[in-house]
Amino acid sequence: MKFNVLQHRLVPEHRLLEDDEAQRVLAGLRITSDQLPKIKKTDPVIHVLEQIHGPIEEGRIIKITRISETAGISEAYRLVVGR
Amino acid sequence: MMSGLRGVTKRIKAIKFALLSPDEIRRMSATKIITADTYDDDGFPIDMGLMDSHLGVIEPGLRCKTCGGKVDDCPGHFGHIDLAMPVIHVGHVKELKKLLQATCRRCGRLLLTKQQAEEFRVEMEAMEETGGGDADFQVVTKETAREATKRQRCPHCGEEQQKITLDKPTTFRENGHKLTPKEVRERLERIPNEDLRVLGFNPDVARPEWMILTALLVPPVTVRPSITLESGDRSEDDLTHKLVDVLRINQRLRENRDAGAPQLIVEDLWELLQYHVTTYFDNQTSGIPPARHRSGRPLKTLVQRLKGKEGRFRSNLSGKRVNFSARTVISPDPVLSINEVGVPVEAARELTVPIHVQSYNHDIVKEWVKRGPTPAAPVGEFYIPGVNYVIRSDGRRIRVTDKNAEAVSETVEIGYVVERQLVDGDIVLFNRQPSLHRMSMMAHEVRVMPHKTFRFNLAVCPPYNADFDGDEMNLHVLQSEEARAEARVLMRVQEHILSPRFGGPVIGGIHDHITGAFLLTYKDAKFSKEETAYILSKIGIRDLPPPGVKKGGLEYWTGKQVFSMILPKDLSLTFKSSIAPKGEHSLRELREEDALVVIKNGEVSSGTIDENAVGAFKGKILDKIARDYGPDAAREFIDKATKLAIGAIMVRGFTTGIDDEDIPEEAKKQIADVLKKAVADVEALVEAYKRGELEQMPGRSLEETLEVDAMKTLGRARDTAGQIAGKHLGMENSAVIMARSGARGSMLNLSQMAGSIGQQAVRGERLSRGYWNRTLPHFRKGDLGAEAKGFVRSSYKSGLHPTEYFFHAMGGREGLVDTAVRTSRSGYMQRRLINALEDLKVKEDGTVRNTADTIIQFRFGEDGVDPSRSVQGKPVDVDDILQEILGEEPSWQERLKEQDMASYGLTEKDMAPEISDEEVEVEEEEPTTEE
Repeated sequence: MKFNVLQHRLVPEHRLLEDDEAQRVLAGLRITSDQLPKIKKTDPVIHVLEQIHGPIEEGRIIKITRISETAGISEAYRLVVGR
Repeated sequence: MMSGLRGVTKRIKAIKFALLSPDEIRRMSATKIITADTYDDDGFPIDMGLMDSHLGVIEPGLRCKTCGGKVDDCPGHFGHIDLAMPVIHVGHVKELKKLLQATCRRCGRLLLTKQQAEEFRVEMEAMEETGGGDADFQVVTKETAREATKRQRCPHCGEEQQKITLDKPTTFRENGHKLTPKEVRERLERIPNEDLRVLGFNPDVARPEWMILTALLVPPVTVRPSITLESGDRSEDDLTHKLVDVLRINQRLRENRDAGAPQLIVEDLWELLQYHVTTYFDNQTSGIPPARHRSGRPLKTLVQRLKGKEGRFRSNLSGKRVNFSARTVISPDPVLSINEVGVPVEAARELTVPIHVQSYNHDIVKEWVKRGPTPAAPVGEFYIPGVNYVIRSDGRRIRVTDKNAEAVSETVEIGYVVERQLVDGDIVLFNRQPSLHRMSMMAHEVRVMPHKTFRFNLAVCPPYNADFDGDEMNLHVLQSEEARAEARVLMRVQEHILSPRFGGPVIGGIHDHITGAFLLTYKDAKFSKEETAYILSKIGIRDLPPPGVKKGGLEYWTGKQVFSMILPKDLSLTFKSSIAPKGEHSLRELREEDALVVIKNGEVSSGTIDENAVGAFKGKILDKIARDYGPDAAREFIDKATKLAIGAIMVRGFTTGIDDEDIPEEAKKQIADVLKKAVADVEALVEAYKRGELEQMPGRSLEETLEVDAMKTLGRARDTAGQIAGKHLGMENSAVIMARSGARGSMLNLSQMAGSIGQQAVRGERLSRGYWNRTLPHFRKGDLGAEAKGFVRSSYKSGLHPTEYFFHAMGGREGLVDTAVRTSRSGYMQRRLINALEDLKVKEDGTVRNTADTIIQFRFGEDGVDPSRSVQGKPVDVDDILQEILGEEPSWQERLKEQDMASYGLTEKDMAPEISDEEVEVEEEEPTTEE
């Protein structure tokens, strides 16, 4: 990998959730995983995370923590999908 | 209408589109059409003609030969034309090209090995399981086709593939040789079903050869009705005209082919048939001339009926015409409350509210009906509502007339619905286009009034962006109890005083309101007993408070005292007035100008009430009252504050004219000197530039340096001229009062009238274009001096020299063009944005979701704050709360600095949507942008 996008200042923190953690998030939001926003498996961020965690299969959930202009810190979740 | 399926809701899960097979076309056809004639000499439809009565009825009294229904019962039936030779359907050429390229020219198999095809098939099946969307499938099928197109030789039969090109719009070529539609069709027929699935076709409902037409479906006559003109002549629909063309050529083609005419002639006719069928579908196909009416007008065929702003989708399905609405010119009425609207009697008599007859209102409703549709008003009144229609329990509508009113009123029973005309207090929606934000449509209470315009309070102009130079507005009467309740809670004007756009007031004083408030409260303005009584009578106060000042045995009331009477008794607030000079100033300086507003316990102890206090967009008092005391209190405050201001301006009198910009000869001379010196300075710069002595600025060329320096010098000169002029225009000057208080105009406007207009610019640069190396022939070529490049030394008052006038027009033109371009571009941008966002909503759990219930935002705006309840975008105003709880006075200097920061960039210009009335034609396609 030429460049670690997570180190760029415009890219917020991305974290791969463990399965039990993911279940808690879904339960907390009272949704099924397909109702989450998506992130492609081919996304550069996923490539970076794969360097750390090994291959990430579809259906895993990524947590994104952003610095928000309105809320200070805001959290979002994304479902990893193929293609 | 409301019976039967009411309460049963079904959800459309999917819509599938398929192709019509020739078989299907013939099966659904009520009759074959063979002749191009429509009516015989007696005016009856010809059998097997385009107006065949099997296709439905359009004339009352006749019956449909297919279903036997009358005009309103028969929906119409399709017919068909058997085409002599197959033709290509223009709508499908892209798919046809894809298929021809991806399949073998001999065996028709997909140009992929079994293995490759299997891979794609597996991928598609996997997607079906995970529930991929339509777009995902398209991606896969596209890739399949792309992969297959790459192959030169068929892996199945070994045939060498040729290059297929599409000659737009409908001609396919193989290595430059034309392929007839017949040949294309034969190739498509050879493609096996299993290969089609991978390409995204479902062969059960869409075989590719069906995209080559052998039979043409003829729409029912109800779709293309003919109109009988007054002269008795028939005028046919454009579609019928087009079908006549198709039939004629089809006939000739068949005759020629059957007679064994030369190949060339048959081919020509075949191509002509293709042209007519193509234009029948889409008369704006690029590459071919549009078919025209005899008058030269292009025909409106199928695609034209659907596409664009005037098409079926945008004007009949997304938008509809409505009943119970009215439109007329608007005019101002300062006595109305901000949540009222004056409705002309004529409109009120047409617009009705349905009243359900119950036991509690049976008698009174009967009384209403008895009055008829135009009841005479009792003495002293000019309007009482009548009734236009009575709707019986079985749904029949009975029109109430003066004659039958009495009789109908006796029949009114419980369960009937009576359509009563508008009365004062009815709630209606009021709207002005363009409806750019939610404040463009608000709920008002009706006030029926004489004369013919809609009237409303001037404080409501800003949210609608309305003025009274001929603007018209729409009014809609709500027809259900639910809608009225919703409008009352969510849409009334007072609920919209605070805008969600920037968390401040959009409704408030304008123009004279601000001037009036200024005159009322500036410094120690005081009013005599009579004057005070007059002003207070405007807000219905009859008992004068004890006088504020006694002087020379006379009693006076201060303006600040009068204004304080409408403030809540526990209001405390500190802020800078609009008249405060720009930049940082000590509190003492502000006090001297009476520009520091201090309100304590509802008493204005110092400061001038002006735009920063009660103005729309900026009013601090307005903001505070709306936030802390609620919408109703804010409504009352705006009503009263504007009325007080109008009272004050009427007592004092106020006028402005060009002589407000009169300045002494001495000052004129000073200004002339300043300008002369500036021009000379620029001349010196030019000389320095020519000698090469000009010091280059970093990052700029020598020429740019000169331009920047010149602009700076001349800009400074104009400002200095303005300042000199300004010195002689004091606060007693009407024009200055308006500019400083924020009512209208700016100090720049004044200095341009009294001092100098200044440098004109196009694209931010001094004027330079026109002639070769010069702007006008009045100057030397290459002259870089001030006057030659658009500096206008004169003032509006002194008048412009001819060259200056021309330069000024150049600068002015740019402004006009900019606004025109901006409106069209922002209109289109808004449309796309709204289309993307229209079905998102905030759910109970604070997430933003779309109609598929998938999450778009995990918390609305990431912080979950409603911007219209925020303080300038922030969820809470901590200082405000501190002050309220601790009763402490925060440091004023600090406070003011913060306010300056908060209002940074919030000027009226930013807030008023600068969209003019001109409806700008915006097409679906991306408008071409410069560069």
